[in-house]
Amino acid sequence: MTNLTNMTMAEALKGLENKDFTSVELTQAHLDAMEAARHLNAYITETPEIAIKQAEESDKRRADGTAGLLEGIPVAVKDLFCTKGVQTTAGSHILEGFVPEYESTVTTKLFADGAVMLGKVNNDEFAMGSANTTSYYGKVINPWQRNDGSNAELAPGGSSGGSAAAVAARIAMAATGTDTGGSIRQPAAFCGITGIKPTYGRCSRWGIVAFSSSLDQAGSFARNVEDSALFLQSMSGFDPKDSTSADVEVPDFMSALQGDIKGLKVGIPKEYRVDGMPKEIEDIWQKGIEWVKDAGAEIVDVSLPHTKYALPTYYIIAPAECSSNLARYDGVKYGQRVEGEDLIDTYEKTRAAGFGDEVKRRIMIGTYALSSGYYDAYYIKAQKVRRLISNDFMEAYKKCDVLLTPTAPSAAFALGENEDDPIKMYLNDVFTVPASLAGLPGMSVPAGLNEQGLPLGLQIIGRPWDEATVLKVGQAVEKAANFIEMPSFNSKMAA
Amino acid sequence: MSLDKDAVMKVARLARLKITDEEATKYGGQLSNIIQFVEQLNEVDTDNVEPLASVVDIDLRLREDEITDGGIQDDVLANSPETLEGFFVVPKVVE
Repeated sequence: MTNLTNMTMAEALKGLENKDFTSVELTQAHLDAMEAARHLNAYITETPEIAIKQAEESDKRRADGTAGLLEGIPVAVKDLFCTKGVQTTAGSHILEGFVPEYESTVTTKLFADGAVMLGKVNNDEFAMGSANTTSYYGKVINPWQRNDGSNAELAPGGSSGGSAAAVAARIAMAATGTDTGGSIRQPAAFCGITGIKPTYGRCSRWGIVAFSSSLDQAGSFARNVEDSALFLQSMSGFDPKDSTSADVEVPDFMSALQGDIKGLKVGIPKEYRVDGMPKEIEDIWQKGIEWVKDAGAEIVDVSLPHTKYALPTYYIIAPAECSSNLARYDGVKYGQRVEGEDLIDTYEKTRAAGFGDEVKRRIMIGTYALSSGYYDAYYIKAQKVRRLISNDFMEAYKKCDVLLTPTAPSAAFALGENEDDPIKMYLNDVFTVPASLAGLPGMSVPAGLNEQGLPLGLQIIGRPWDEATVLKVGQAVEKAANFIEMPSFNSKMAA
Repeated sequence: MSLDKDAVMKVARLARLKITDEEATKYGGQLSNIIQFVEQLNEVDTDNVEPLASVVDIDLRLREDEITDGGIQDDVLANSPETLEGFFVVPKVVE
């Protein structure tokens, strides 16, 4: 039989339709592969019994002629999405043992379309991090390694590090992610796969553990643009249970992939040429520009003058919203509790024991920024700059249809690097945070390998609600890049 | 602006986080660096700029005033560390 774990979703759907294999066989192949890849620590909770049961039901539906969009496809779910009857930790000790009594809207939609859940994948604690090193359930290891024989373990990126590592290592065909400041796009780039964050409001946030509510947005990981589009199609749509869910029609993303990008205007923002940018990033960006030009697009120079203020703006707004959202973890309604002398002492001890360092830092920054006397100077100021950043994009889109930029300022770094200095870690998101602040759709597509044999990604940022054009340009980049390399982990397994 | 140990202790108290003296010193340095980093925003002229609270340009929806769920007391209490007769239990707050 063909290698069941190395197919694209589109190929697997064809194979299932042609009865080349069943969903149970496809699912079992992934469960076996997961066992062999446990050292990557991509999954927090594996759910083999649920997977096999869902696969059996899927095979029955297909036989009955009622196959859905993702019928029988085994996927991974970021452990930030509430799943009924399955522990949901958000990567935090404080939620250890939390078993939701309800299902998130996004996973409900995926299951309605026939997807099979392999398990819950690791992420930075409450999605706060850029290396998947802040999870209480351990670091995730990137399936890619440097080609220098050093065997150094590399970060998969974050916060959706488990999602990206699982899809790259062929232990899930696709995965859900969430992106607050780059948590889908940066790990996709680090792991050599595609990841798309749609427009804020496109996917329901209902049942996703909240970090920063005005920024959090769900999206998809897959191994090519077509699969990303298909998976995102299933996740998207209006939900009355989320007050910021947008009641706008979801276009057919697959049909958007037909056709070419001739005459499309691709903007190159000059402010993304940051000081000290490594040459390999500069080079891959230049290649990307040539690729879209060759595909018939017109290159337009644009300016986003407030780019350098995006990170400082983000590091007020996100912690402020996090300090408010995470106030709910008080040891009373759910999760861990540490008994204290009185109620306040119980709160303080519970939260001290339940949260990790990075989460505590952000709660304290947010509390400070929202506290009496500082609110205007920090929080309101950041919201004003956020408007200027958003206006920059709208100005640029008068001259172009999409923007093309690098996804991250480097390839995957070694685990342990960047950990001593929070701000150094924050700089990873320098190219992804601005689009998050403006609520825009953004996608990372693997574009090539650097000298160390590690993948580099290019980012495409679109107009609000225009994921279709983002996907179309993404596919043009994908075709030109012809990225077929496998992670070191999988090449070794195959050898 | 930098945060000394007392300021960190005050913020931690507001955030209901128990921290030790040692931690307050450690966080003080890190938080001060982050505060200095975000204070770059002071360079930006934001006179006459409206704060942006939400990127979604929609008014909050109203729905029909109908009961659409309820009767799920057991579900609500299912994950609590301690419950009694349909209530959450917390340490005594009134003497």
